[in-house]
Amino acid sequence: MSLMIRKPKTRKGKQILLAREPQLIEAAKQMLVVEGRKCSGNIKTFLKDVHQLKKPLCKVLNRSNDITPFEDPSSLEFLALKNECTLFVLGSTSKKRPDNLVLGRLFENEILDLIELGIKQYASFAEFSSEKVGTCVKPCLVFSGPKWNQTEELRRLRNLLIDTFQRDKVKAIRLQGIEHVISFTCLEDLSIAMRSYKISLKKSGQKTPRIELTEIGPRSDFSIRRTKIASEDLYKQSRRQPKEIKVSKKKNLSRDGLGNSHGRIHIGRQDIQKLQTRRMKGLKKTSEIK
Amino acid sequence: MEVVKEILEKQQKDLEKYKPITVEKHLDCRIDVGTLLITDPNDLDEGLLKENKEEYLKDITRDNLQLLINEIWTLPTERVEESIVAVLPLPTTSLPRSRKIPGPKVMTKWEKFAKEKGIQKKKKDKKVFDETLDKWVPTYGFKRADAEKQKEWVLEVPKNVNPMEDMFQKKIDLRQEKVAKNEIQRMKNIVRAKRQETPRAGYLGPEAASSTQLLTAATIAKASTASVGKFQAKIAKEKQARGIGVKELIPGSKRKASHLSTVPEKEANLDLIRSVLHKKPKIDVDKAVSLQKKESRLEREAMEDGGQRKKKGGKGGKKGGSGGFKKSKGGKKPKGGMGQRAPGKKNAIGRKRR
Repeated sequence: MSLMIRKPKTRKGKQILLAREPQLIEAAKQMLVVEGRKCSGNIKTFLKDVHQLKKPLCKVLNRSNDITPFEDPSSLEFLALKNECTLFVLGSTSKKRPDNLVLGRLFENEILDLIELGIKQYASFAEFSSEKVGTCVKPCLVFSGPKWNQTEELRRLRNLLIDTFQRDKVKAIRLQGIEHVISFTCLEDLSIAMRSYKISLKKSGQKTPRIELTEIGPRSDFSIRRTKIASEDLYKQSRRQPKEIKVSKKKNLSRDGLGNSHGRIHIGRQDIQKLQTRRMKGLKKTSEIK
Repeated sequence: MEVVKEILEKQQKDLEKYKPITVEKHLDCRIDVGTLLITDPNDLDEGLLKENKEEYLKDITRDNLQLLINEIWTLPTERVEESIVAVLPLPTTSLPRSRKIPGPKVMTKWEKFAKEKGIQKKKKDKKVFDETLDKWVPTYGFKRADAEKQKEWVLEVPKNVNPMEDMFQKKIDLRQEKVAKNEIQRMKNIVRAKRQETPRAGYLGPEAASSTQLLTAATIAKASTASVGKFQAKIAKEKQARGIGVKELIPGSKRKASHLSTVPEKEANLDLIRSVLHKKPKIDVDKAVSLQKKESRLEREAMEDGGQRKKKGGKGGKKGGSGGFKKSKGGKKPKGGMGQRAPGKKNAIGRKRR
């Protein structure tokens, strides 16, 4: 409603404004890739690789922007709103925070989570000579390590990483199309190792294949720096799903071993009086009854 | 029997050729097949990690992924355009939305009124037959203005207006005024729709709150003491908050009944008419008694007056000659306390009490 204060003059304009209103079923989140004040080589290649990984759901801003999201997020919120992105990654480097990445997401055009990561070690896509995966491939995500569940910040970071790398939600997946896996391991010193592998499905003598992996990059080790996560209340509110999407349990339905589904329906009591039986002379109504 | 054994052995050999697809884990992994996600809470092996980090990470990932793949391969499959797809269940990981869930559309003032009164939208025909033009003309939109121009090519100047006034211009102005009014109403509807989201009571901050909101907040705050604001100091030229529904917010003040009664409109109106037409005078017993008393007293006094006048005539009309009680002349009430005075007792010393 808020966008409609100035009435759109054309039908197309109206459609665009309507698309910006909150939707019941949302499209996949777009990601904004922004360069900060100054970028080192590592950060530049990382941003390039993120673009490669995210491709059609990604928007790259080439110029450097003087943005410090922890101090003043307004300009970042503005850029995200203009580009219709709700995820963002901002790279910068400084003496105090070398090779700095800020990952985050927005809710209602305001910043929900902000997590700062420092790159400790980085190897880009180009450094691996192995065969790459195609674009628009939905990756499998693997989170290993007992630390992931330790603090709220880490839990939120895991959620953010899932949000960032999961691509669109799909109803079905081609079995041969599962060819990329991104793994995040939380190590003992709370640093995060990100690895990306190509999956090859090998014969196993059974229906399910055996998996073999080859690393394709990017490979990086992150350290967690500053965090600014949303309050529990707001986070809960942002995750609320509409009633319409929730599936209600269907009653009176069962499946048998062959995969057929059986339904049970209820019909009212049959009226025997009106039942059509075989006509016979003897059963004919007499004139008295008439 | 030997044949069976042979086949089984052969199969065993075949299986040995391949590496296993089963994975042993100490703790169960959480798998979300809908998002192709697996979370492994098992401890990492520090020794192996130090020895060869890359190899170890790859092994862990492979094992976890194998678990996920095993799960995916058990899903029901479909054939879509020469390829086999697995139908994924709904994701169990809840991720934040990018916008709120859209709420119900807020009704405009007219829509609300129409719903209350049960007014339904009538669909107009796109074209109506015009008898002066003798053809079908559009009711709105394309070429409607054109048809209007053809129809009203001349306009009558009424007697009571200035003959030099341009009637065509007047018509245009009238129309523009209507458009402007409509725009204002649209804006008001937007404001009304916005206002529903903000709380009616409470302080919104100096930037956001309007003067009426501030006044309401002040009034509510003042009345929110244990004694409903009875002992609060009053400021000079203080105003009380007013408006629809404000009283409900102020503690201690009475609610007004809704103008919408539970009785249907027609019945309520009929009741009203009936009460007016069949009006009967009320009998107030006290009033009747007092009236009766007054009448009888007047009568009595008239009788007495007749007797006294004779006496007066004898006395020569002197007023209050003798001391003591005067007899009252007319229907004057005796003053409070005047009648019962102790004659011997002196009045209390001090200022005169009234």
